[in-house]
Amino acid sequence: MKKYQRLCITNPDDLRFGIAPHPLTTRSGMTLGGGLVYPELNFTLPPMFVSEETMPDIRQQYLEMASGACRRAAELEAPGLVIEFETLPPMTENPSWGIELTRILLEEMASAEAKHGLKTVLRVTPNDTREMERPPRLKTGRYFECMMQTFEGCAAAGAELLSIESVGGKEIHDEALMMCDMRGVLFGLCVLGVRDMRFLWTQLGVIADKHGVYCAGDTACGFGNTAMVLAEQKMIPRVFAAVVRAISAVRTLVGYECGAVGPGKDCGYENPILKTITGFPMAMEGKTAACAHLSPLGNIAAATCDTWSNESVQNIKLLGGMAPRCYVEQLIYDCRVMNQALAGGRDEALLYRKWLVNSDAGLDPQAMVLTPENAVTLAQAIVAAPTPLEAGKAAGLAAVKLLSDAHRDGRLRLHPRELPWLDKIRAAIETVPVREAEFIDEMANTIDHSKIVLDDYLE
Amino acid sequence: MSMGDKMMSDYQALYDAVLTGDSRTARDTTAAAVAAGFEPLKLVQDYMMPAMDEVGRRFENNDYFVPELLLAARAMKASLEIVRPLLAAGGVEPAGKVVIGTVKGDLHDIGKNLVAAMLEGGGYEVIDLGVNADPEKFVTAVKQSNARIVAMSALLTTTMPAMKTTIEALKQGGVRDKVKIMIGGAPTSEKYAKEIGADGYSESAAAAVGLARSMI
Repeated sequence: MKKYQRLCITNPDDLRFGIAPHPLTTRSGMTLGGGLVYPELNFTLPPMFVSEETMPDIRQQYLEMASGACRRAAELEAPGLVIEFETLPPMTENPSWGIELTRILLEEMASAEAKHGLKTVLRVTPNDTREMERPPRLKTGRYFECMMQTFEGCAAAGAELLSIESVGGKEIHDEALMMCDMRGVLFGLCVLGVRDMRFLWTQLGVIADKHGVYCAGDTACGFGNTAMVLAEQKMIPRVFAAVVRAISAVRTLVGYECGAVGPGKDCGYENPILKTITGFPMAMEGKTAACAHLSPLGNIAAATCDTWSNESVQNIKLLGGMAPRCYVEQLIYDCRVMNQALAGGRDEALLYRKWLVNSDAGLDPQAMVLTPENAVTLAQAIVAAPTPLEAGKAAGLAAVKLLSDAHRDGRLRLHPRELPWLDKIRAAIETVPVREAEFIDEMANTIDHSKIVLDDYLE
Repeated sequence: MSMGDKMMSDYQALYDAVLTGDSRTARDTTAAAVAAGFEPLKLVQDYMMPAMDEVGRRFENNDYFVPELLLAARAMKASLEIVRPLLAAGGVEPAGKVVIGTVKGDLHDIGKNLVAAMLEGGGYEVIDLGVNADPEKFVTAVKQSNARIVAMSALLTTTMPAMKTTIEALKQGGVRDKVKIMIGGAPTSEKYAKEIGADGYSESAAAAVGLARSMI
């Protein structure tokens, strides 16, 4: 397992879209992070049951979604297209369904390459169905077995990029979000979550090596994005969600420590921090993810992306056509602008990046923590720490400081009811002991043991 | 201060304790009030429920975040634990029983948990089925608890159809006419509620309590 002790990117100006120090070249010849930004389209079904009875319709829908998207990408002369197949839970619980749909997508993508010369690559993201059982069993049981079978089968079928939105630590983290309990956040992300990441991504590494595919990366979607959505709904303070985002990078990093090579998955808004540390290419989503969820990060998310994603769009008819086809067009146009800026040289790319960053950064603390300068600051705090828990504390305190400084200097607008939370968050982080064993003992006395099998994490 | 003034001041302290989420003070003040002979139902109706209503109002107005809302609900629950046995002994029913769950195939539960907490804070007895709850689980829970409200949550468009399936199961189980059904969750709507034969839709946790009150 690799331990990152220094940053791959130290100059914030080197943290920008389209360029990654360690790019990834796909079988079809796309080099992600090699100087171009590629569109990454994720599509899903409209409201319907997924069952044996509906599978014929489902097969047809995935075929049409891929076909329509590839055709439009070819018409718009996209340099290439990343397609993400994010399964629905029944497709992971029944691995043969997920694997069959993977084959259908790959066949359609190969056909598009043969017909139109369109380069493509498939990312497959099975669900973490371990959480279907409460409390979740992380290392054993039907859900875990089926999940791994889905990965194995999809990799064997030819899916080149393996991802997941894993949930280890969420049992504690969800409650911590509801109560704005930063101690619970740190426990969920930096004690429990990192352990499950280590276990899971070691397993996935074996599968990827066996089939000659890549472990692409995981995200703290069920942590940072849950916080973001709650903040967007005004349920928790935005500053709280911003600090969660910073700390979540500690958990996401473990995937790369275990051998993932990117592109990091789109819903990891913490990916700028990961790119700074690892140098790997990253998928990002922003305004074009509004079809799936709203966010305050619509533009800034593109500032450091290597693939530009829409998160997930349903296969429904819009006035312009089927939604996946419409959304791939939006992604391609966004990529065109970024690629035009890249073609203009470093200064033009940095100017465009400046617009993307500055249009969002001052309006929401969750954007402020993700500016290139602050991503480097947070990344440095993380790699300088000797353990994940200390890294989480360091990232959290660094995030509070940079938000406080930005507000004081007039660079960040915060609602008055948000301000007291900065001190509360800082105070809570400072109560967390440095010694992990001590923290585990403290938390073990307070958590609801009916919701978590602690042994699955600690053994 | 006269005895009457002191009593009023104590019970204002109960209102304030629920409003600010101070469970200990809420519990202590309630116990003292009961010991002093104050009518339990009056404590609930004149102090605790108005406090929770104010909590809901502040949450809807974005003056309270969820932690403040949940702490208030916990304080309310702490007080209710003291008065509930007295109310039951006096033949006073709780506000109602609610069976709540996230429907089959769906794992999202934050919204559902918030609604459950608010309903408990509103004086309801809540039977929480958790996530990925089969339609049959809802039916069994209704039969066993005699609940009068069923609350369903879904956060995925691909799991929304399970709400209709659950309603069908309640019909087949012979209990549909014994309950009122409310739904909630990001992809759902008033229109969808009508389409599937539910009785109501709640767009927020705080609104769920008001909806429950209007239902029974």
